[in-house]
Amino acid sequence: MVVEAKAPETTREAGMQRRDRFQSWLAFGVLIVAAILWLIPLLWAVNTALKPEPETTTVPITWIPEGGFTLESFWQVLTAGGLVRWYFNSALTSSIITAAVLLLGSLAAFGLSRVPFRGRTVVFWVIIAGLIVPPQILIVPLFMEMDALGFVDTYQGIILPQIASPLAVFIFKQFFDGIPAELEEAAVVDGASRLRVYWQVWMPLARPAIAAVGIFTFVLSWNNFLWPFVVVTNTDMMTIPVGLATVQSSYGLRYADIMASAVLGGLPLVIVFLFFQRQIVQGIASTGLKG
Amino acid sequence: MAAVGSREVKHSTKPAAQRRIDLNGYLFVLPFLVFYALFLIWPVILGMRMSFFNWSLVGTGAREFLGLTNFRELFADPDFWSSLWHSILFTLLVVPTIVVFALGLALLANRAIPARWFFRISFFAPYLLPSSVIALIWIWMYQPGFGLINSYLTRIGLPEVSWLTDPQVAMISVVIATVWWQLGFSFVLYLAGLQEIPKELYDAAAVDGASPLIRTRYITIPLLRRTTILVVALALLANLNVFDQIYIMSTSGGLDYASTRSLIVYVYEQGFTLYRVGYAAAMTYVFFVLVLAVSIGSFVLNNRRRDV
Repeated sequence: MVVEAKAPETTREAGMQRRDRFQSWLAFGVLIVAAILWLIPLLWAVNTALKPEPETTTVPITWIPEGGFTLESFWQVLTAGGLVRWYFNSALTSSIITAAVLLLGSLAAFGLSRVPFRGRTVVFWVIIAGLIVPPQILIVPLFMEMDALGFVDTYQGIILPQIASPLAVFIFKQFFDGIPAELEEAAVVDGASRLRVYWQVWMPLARPAIAAVGIFTFVLSWNNFLWPFVVVTNTDMMTIPVGLATVQSSYGLRYADIMASAVLGGLPLVIVFLFFQRQIVQGIASTGLKG
Repeated sequence: MAAVGSREVKHSTKPAAQRRIDLNGYLFVLPFLVFYALFLIWPVILGMRMSFFNWSLVGTGAREFLGLTNFRELFADPDFWSSLWHSILFTLLVVPTIVVFALGLALLANRAIPARWFFRISFFAPYLLPSSVIALIWIWMYQPGFGLINSYLTRIGLPEVSWLTDPQVAMISVVIATVWWQLGFSFVLYLAGLQEIPKELYDAAAVDGASPLIRTRYITIPLLRRTTILVVALALLANLNVFDQIYIMSTSGGLDYASTRSLIVYVYEQGFTLYRVGYAAAMTYVFFVLVLAVSIGSFVLNNRRRDV
């Protein structure tokens, strides 16, 4: 403390404010450096993808190619490679998985939260126990099961094991539990009207939970590598992450093409993030706070 | 989870009505339970059974009951121990690095700073990329000669590093790529945790003349303990199971295999390259016990914290 205790309040506060402002600029400087370090690999990947192929391996490296930038590699991988097909496979499987997780998860959570049936505590804990099973440890028996069902190299094979999400049930149940009980009084006893109450009253209320679970399920299934990699061998059935893992061996040392594939493969979710930035960040934050 | 069972069944309900309620309830949970039983519970049981057999992926019928032989074999298998160690080492390197950097950057970004959205996007963007994109980008970054990192190293007069192929360095290279990939998630969690701390605490401390550093040390970091436990638990579980980056960087980028092969990579190798699925299953169950201990540990820690 440089400021003496006898110094007038105003000077002391001004000093502290000055110091605070200085530290804020310092913090800003450190963050700028870190952000640039973080962006360099991404910028370098985009930069490489935009270079003519011979200029990707010049030593020393250059950021601006002599022959100018070109979209040739993007054109090349979109027309010649399997990328378009992989986009389609990823979009199809992720959409179906997300829709199914939302529907089955919210139905189960509604039953557990709002229908006072006997044994629901046991059912709840059986489902929650699933949270401790990491999907990675199931690849071997799950593959045997899919093989026995004839689902290897099929969309069912990719989709089915990703549908039962205990986490989705947990998040929906927490959300339903948090809604005041008065609304439930409207529920009538017979089954058809309970289903209607679920669909017409509770699902509209659950929009924030639907957004959180939906976005996360979509991102995780879009980016899932291990399971589609295990269950798919045919190039035409690959999803984006699995397909991209094969481009290095199929393109050899054509780095502009490889980086163009990587950029195009990563692009969809980055665009999704730019659109849903607030929902995604809030989704992560609320997971954290409820954890 | 506190709400479980708190809404008791009304005892006045007539038996017939209660039976109808039961039927209703089970109809709601049934669709989920069907998928849950078929694709989660059943494989868990099947895998447990397989681990007691000499069970091959190829051919039919050649399933010989072995009892505990698979387990005895794996405990004597040096490759099992080394790959288990790689998974643990990898986790021990990644998790603390992520915690320190994510917390540090979040503390800085939490100050009154322009363009906070820019930092959020910069740090978070890699987290959205699939693992194979991460692997491809870093294979490219780590190339000798025309790789970005080595090119800059030689420019400032330092020797090149064989990031991918040197057994001494390969693990560090995967760790760097992984921290770059995952940091944004923890960063966002910390930013959210920081928003939860009431401003009045800082005002009171500022009146008492506490400097920002003192305030950070004695107010912010202790109040972020819950967030830290969560960040650590999620990062632990995500990284103990590491497969993607290591596998893709080895097969596509020549990453040194012997010094980086993780346990799940070894499971994949045994099950799907050598077709020894019984042995692979046995290995995953031993590993599962370890993961379980970690999850239970972090769960207990998390709950104990909440009671305080």
